Amino acid sequence: MELAVDILVGMMLAATPLLFAALGELVAERAGVLNLGVEGMMVVGAVTGFIVTAESGSHFAGIALAAFAGTLMGLLFGLMTQILLANQVATGLALTIFGLGLSALMGQGYSGLSVPPLEAIRLPVLSELPVLGPLLFHHEPMFYLSILLTALVAWFLYATRAGMILRAVGENHHAAHAIGFPVVRVRLAAVAFGGAMAGLGGAYLSVARTPLWSEDMTAGRGWIALAIVVFASWRPGRALLGAYLFGGVTIVQLHVQGAGVDIASQYLSMLPYLATIVVLVLISGGRGAAVLRAPGSLGRTFYASS
Amino acid sequence: MIRLERRPQPSRAVVWMTPVLAVLLTVAAGMALFAIMGVDPVRAVGIIFLSPFSDAYSLSELIVKATPLILIGVGLSLGFRAGVWNIGAEGQFVIGALTGGAVALAFYDISGVWLLPLMSLAAVAGGMAWAAVPAFLRTRFGTNEILVSLMLTYVAILLLSAMVTGPLRDPDGFNFPESRIFHDSALMPQLFEQGRANAGFLVALAAAATGWILLGRHVVGFQIRLMGQSPRAARFAGFREKRIIWFCLMVSGGLAGLAGMFEAAGPVEQLVPALPAGYGFTAIIVAFLGRLNPIGIVLAGFVIAVTYIGGEAAQIQMQLPAAVTRVFQGMLLFFLLGMDLLAGFRFRLRLPRRANVVETP
Repeated sequence: MELAVDILVGMMLAATPLLFAALGELVAERAGVLNLGVEGMMVVGAVTGFIVTAESGSHFAGIALAAFAGTLMGLLFGLMTQILLANQVATGLALTIFGLGLSALMGQGYSGLSVPPLEAIRLPVLSELPVLGPLLFHHEPMFYLSILLTALVAWFLYATRAGMILRAVGENHHAAHAIGFPVVRVRLAAVAFGGAMAGLGGAYLSVARTPLWSEDMTAGRGWIALAIVVFASWRPGRALLGAYLFGGVTIVQLHVQGAGVDIASQYLSMLPYLATIVVLVLISGGRGAAVLRAPGSLGRTFYASS
Repeated sequence: MIRLERRPQPSRAVVWMTPVLAVLLTVAAGMALFAIMGVDPVRAVGIIFLSPFSDAYSLSELIVKATPLILIGVGLSLGFRAGVWNIGAEGQFVIGALTGGAVALAFYDISGVWLLPLMSLAAVAGGMAWAAVPAFLRTRFGTNEILVSLMLTYVAILLLSAMVTGPLRDPDGFNFPESRIFHDSALMPQLFEQGRANAGFLVALAAAATGWILLGRHVVGFQIRLMGQSPRAARFAGFREKRIIWFCLMVSGGLAGLAGMFEAAGPVEQLVPALPAGYGFTAIIVAFLGRLNPIGIVLAGFVIAVTYIGGEAAQIQMQLPAAVTRVFQGMLLFFLLGMDLLAGFRFRLRLPRRANVVETP
């Protein structure tokens, strides 16, 4: 029982950064923008969060500025793809390469340092409950924020007028433009939000989960977040599920390793990446169902000719 | 009011001018960045962009860095033209090094002129096998090749690490995670007396020439270009989309694998976990900087090689972090992509129309 709780809690911790980044990308893709630069935005968020927390001693400042740094990266992508009409795939890759380089440059003097981890919230009675306590009521604030944001994104997309406009812009940008919706502005806002969320995901890694900075510490999580969006077929609730599934694979691998199974650790470390491929195949499999659910204008450049 | 107007035809002059402008803008932005960091911008940029040309050794190092970038870049450019996004060349590079290197280690006690060709074959096969996974999954299930090829890159790097700490580890290496140093006949022939430039560079040039002929003169190249520009038209014309996807991924995977073997049997001389140095990703920039044209890619390979060698020099002479190289490469791609706008569009100055505004005296 205790082991099961341990595994579940570990899964939640591993899933949280993925959930942040995936939610942000989900909103951007719903607006029709394919930003492959999640990894770059995330790693810049991670280094910013770490530096600010280390210098100011305030986790809140670190996390807020990480989101801000992610927003700037998202806006850079928006400027390139929406104003300068650059190819989205290539720009996303440029954003990742640039982000990895910039974060290494920024964090040069901080390698190997650490900050105090974000404290878990301890509730009077609830946190002491046998199983539910550690599972639900004893986490640091960013965990709860990720759950709250999932609900907010779902509410925004499906229950607000702005969310409806955003989906319309992603589904058919020419029609949305003809109706008079500001396609470019909606998309800029969506990629900025995506950047902020990726920044939060990065900050979660560097100031909450493992409170230290090391180069390239996102280790491909930005790319896995992209896969989760596809897995979720662009729906927030399923993004939550996807993030926890991938978090679970990571944790099971760690526990197998910890249990002393005689297999080189590298093979176990491959599991999350292999699982991603398997899941991608399963959802795109046969009927191409997921492909059909992709936003109609995803990845296409919009240029208003009138 | 200034507004954009689509050009009837993309301007060829602008298409070829933008890489030059992008390099100049990158230098300017790099100087600004150094100024912010409190580093003497003139000296830093001088070291990065001029020192690679200062002596014979640096020049041969330029060839060492340009070789894998050109080989991989040429392969990728075919796919990018057709809208096939192989982003996992880094993984194919690693597998090529691994399969080619495994052959070198398997025949460690035997030497012969056949060894390098056999290693090359193994490397090409390895790179192709790794690229075959995204090719198969995309053509069979419609799975996104970007994500699949990328995930396989992480798997490949872990596999290399598992191999050099396991079966391929140097038996006399005091448990260090590295293979034996390859035997002489398993090492690439040197191009010059001095430096580390090897015959792989000639193969890279040959690949670029072949790619150029294929794209410009051969029906396969025409199909690739048409599929990228208008997939619907290509389908109407009866091109088999799946075959083009397979072709592009096999060529780029094979060339990336070959580049990996050249790297292991060239400058590195063994298999080490640090073998993947990001060439597979950087080659994406090279492909774009070279305008997806094999001849342009040769030039672009050298431009990016300058940022590597110059970055190393800046690291030694000014204690600048190695990450400077990646920042420069990212900026270069940004400026280039941003300026592509100028090829397809032109700016027009238009006065606001006043005809339908009723002016009251």
